[in-house]
Amino acid sequence: METLLEIKDLWVEIEGRKVLKGVSLKIPVGQTHIIFGRNGSGKTSLLMSIMGFPAYKVLHGKIIFKGEDITQLPPYERAKRGIGIMFQRPPTIRGVKLREILKLCSKENGVKIEELARSFTFEKFLDREINKGFSGGEIKKSELLQLMIQNPDLVLLDEPESGVDLENIHLIGQMIKKLLQKETHRPRTKSGLIITHTGFILQYVTADLGYVIMDGEIYCEGNPLEIFEAIQKYGYEGCKNCLKRCGI
Amino acid sequence: METIDIKEFKSAKEAKLPQSLEELSIEERERLKFLGVDESLKRGGEYIQIDAKPFICKKREAKGLEMLPITEALKKYDWISDYFWKLVNPEKDEFTKAVAEDLDDGYFIRVLPGHKLVYPVQTCLYIRTDKVAQKVHNIVIVEEGAELNLITSCSVHPHLSSAFHIGISEFYVKRGGTLTFSMLHVWDKRTYVRPRTGVLIEEGGTYISTYVSLFPVKSIQTAPVCRLVGPNAKASFISIIANHPDSHIDIGGEIRLEAEETATEITSRVVVYGGENIARGKIVAKAPKVKGHLECQGLMLSDEGVMRAIPELDSHFYDVELTHEAAVGKIAREEVEYLMARGLTEEEATSLIVKGFLRVKIEGIPPELQKQIDKTLELAKLGF
Repeated sequence: METLLEIKDLWVEIEGRKVLKGVSLKIPVGQTHIIFGRNGSGKTSLLMSIMGFPAYKVLHGKIIFKGEDITQLPPYERAKRGIGIMFQRPPTIRGVKLREILKLCSKENGVKIEELARSFTFEKFLDREINKGFSGGEIKKSELLQLMIQNPDLVLLDEPESGVDLENIHLIGQMIKKLLQKETHRPRTKSGLIITHTGFILQYVTADLGYVIMDGEIYCEGNPLEIFEAIQKYGYEGCKNCLKRCGI
Repeated sequence: METIDIKEFKSAKEAKLPQSLEELSIEERERLKFLGVDESLKRGGEYIQIDAKPFICKKREAKGLEMLPITEALKKYDWISDYFWKLVNPEKDEFTKAVAEDLDDGYFIRVLPGHKLVYPVQTCLYIRTDKVAQKVHNIVIVEEGAELNLITSCSVHPHLSSAFHIGISEFYVKRGGTLTFSMLHVWDKRTYVRPRTGVLIEEGGTYISTYVSLFPVKSIQTAPVCRLVGPNAKASFISIIANHPDSHIDIGGEIRLEAEETATEITSRVVVYGGENIARGKIVAKAPKVKGHLECQGLMLSDEGVMRAIPELDSHFYDVELTHEAAVGKIAREEVEYLMARGLTEEEATSLIVKGFLRVKIEGIPPELQKQIDKTLELAKLGF
């Protein structure tokens, strides 16, 4: 299967602190992978490094996207090549409306923006200042709407279920499914990398492969539901014990 | 602020007035159109002055509107002496003196009692000839219960080596009247600008002043004085400024709350790319039960520029509410990166954030004017 993203032995530091210590993974075209990890384990750092934010300094290793080494490219070049990210806590930008950003994300005309927003009952937010006073669920909807219009080939989702109430989680799940072509027939062309602390997103979105990240290293990979069940049962402490048993 | 030697400039009277708009270059016409001198826009009336002389002065279908070049109004009405040089002292400084001694022209606009004009009145003061000083005196009278939206666009020919604009403005808002006065200016990095403005607002009157200057200018120094002399009079001053390298912009304003229940707000948003910006504002409470708020926000985009925010509150009574807030800072890195993740370059992201910062929602101005201000923001280059 064709590889969309390949990360090779990635070491990253932020403000002098090593946050990723030799991460490697491969995401084939059309697959969704999920990374489980505690807060502070390096999950968000991994997504931020893939997106290319300058604060995340790559010390060693490579990020290959569509066969191209993008390790040194700025975020907008990565966005143009087809990587999109859903932020967990996006900033408010004073005086800038959601609609404006959607227009910039898209080469399409305004009709599609209206239609798409309406289909997620989010049209009232188009003329609001982006993220200002948005609830947890509204932030997710706004982020997903931007991604849908941006239409990336690789979607990076940072804790998509956090701060979302039960009423909205279903809709958020639907939006992610749509983004990742989960409802369409194979072959899928869109890939995803989801990071999660709780793993509850798996109730709404399926994943092809799961990983556990601890202290900046990926220790385990396998069936996402099996990993999720084990974490639910034993917590991340269980992962540690498991590693001890394996002698890692 | 450097001194300007007015003697270095020729009298604008020496300039030749074009016969028609067609005589202007395409570039000039485009600039004027951008500033709102546009046949297709709905206007109550139009006054265009080129250098020293009125070029167009015409009313469109606006009942209750009087428009004349000030030189004609001075001949036509004896009573104008009650308004001429009454809010601005001709002895104030060398610039007021220069206008008092040798007036070019200016506009006289009066809206008769009870008339609320549907469409804005557009004026434009344009300097077309090199090295001239344009000396203007304007009088606006909004009579009792009347309403006027006045848009003034000031600009210069795109290729002058220097120019100087001195504008005296005296505005009267009578009982229950409303005047929104919006200035959209496109100067040039070789233009000096010295407006001298006085405003008088009677009982229940409202005055909303918006000043937009997003393009380079050599220097601007102005400090309008606005007196609220009747109960429930209100005044708002909004300035939206981009301060470019080598530009010196010093914009102040003194609002005197002289009657009970009067209120004012001064809002200023400044982006500093370079040069020097001074945002002053002074609210004086000369009566009890008055309210005033002064807000100044500056966004620094470079270490090459200087921004000074100087708010001042004077109270002569205990029962008043006067407040001010000022903040100067830089663009948040996370906002730039957020937009970069959506595919915007750093420059595009900065430009959008700056635009958002300058986009002040102005209460009480007509939507089409807000649109024109937004359009100016779109066209001004606001990145690095």
